[in-house]
Amino acid sequence: MTFLQWLENTPGSVYIRESLMFYPLVETAHVLALCLFLGMIALLDLRLVGAGLRTVPVSQVAARFLPLGLAGFAVMAISGLLLFYSGPVKAANNIFFQVKMALILLTGLNALLFHFTIYKRVAGWDLAPSPPLRAKLAGALSLVLWCGVVICGRMQAYNWFQH
Amino acid sequence: MEPLFRWFEATAIGTVVRESLWLFPVIECVHLLALALLGGVVLAGDLPLLGAKLPRAGRQLEPWLRGALFTIIATGIPMFLSEAIKCYFSPPFFYKMALLLLATIYTFTWRQRVTRAEPGTVRPRIEQLTGAVSLALWFGVGFSGRWIAFY
Repeated sequence: MTFLQWLENTPGSVYIRESLMFYPLVETAHVLALCLFLGMIALLDLRLVGAGLRTVPVSQVAARFLPLGLAGFAVMAISGLLLFYSGPVKAANNIFFQVKMALILLTGLNALLFHFTIYKRVAGWDLAPSPPLRAKLAGALSLVLWCGVVICGRMQAYNWFQH
Repeated sequence: MEPLFRWFEATAIGTVVRESLWLFPVIECVHLLALALLGGVVLAGDLPLLGAKLPRAGRQLEPWLRGALFTIIATGIPMFLSEAIKCYFSPPFFYKMALLLLATIYTFTWRQRVTRAEPGTVRPRIEQLTGAVSLALWFGVGFSGRWIAFY
């Protein structure tokens, strides 16, 4: 028996899977936290691309909106872990889940790269309504990757490529 | 009202979406992405009203709010048509529609007046109330929407 099979047979996993209220509640929390988390990320990305909040300094958008986004991310991570825990074998074998996890990793790398390169010099372009190209690229890439994460997450429910 | 919902389900769009393997999931993904954007824009408007130390967006995010709401409704209609009869028997669906109507009207009337006002011209209590009502309405829309799948 693999670790995932063992996990799936633990009482907690069975409870969530078979519950009438708990599973929908966790899923609802996951979706609503998505609004908080991705909404805040999207606002920063739109600012970086030059498509929104153009009169607000970039550093202010980052400093004010990102902590809220991180709170949303915490809820997403906890609810996401619970959802995974409710059916780990099925999830781990789902191609959409695998791609989703890879994409989340890429969003993290993109954010780190942005933070430690172009954002270090933000003082020079903080007030620019249209930030420099590399900042725009980081924002656009973040938007595309996160859209991919949401799409994969939603498609996971359909497991088209499984028997 | 049931014949009306049967008619909805029999419409050409409803039939096409229902009989396609991929159309419903694809529309659903766009619906969800627009929801994330709407959530962010609504929060960016409401949280400062509630007193959070966030930059006031004023009118700058209004095109994104309208765009997100338009996308949500435009993708919601074909999904509804494809399973209108299921929706007819789903209490959360009716809660969601009622709340959506309220939230939309509220957002483009009273809330818009408050978010567009010059800072300091609206009493803080009124601002807080405006933001709280908006958050509660949209929270209700998202919450009941997710539960259409279950009840």
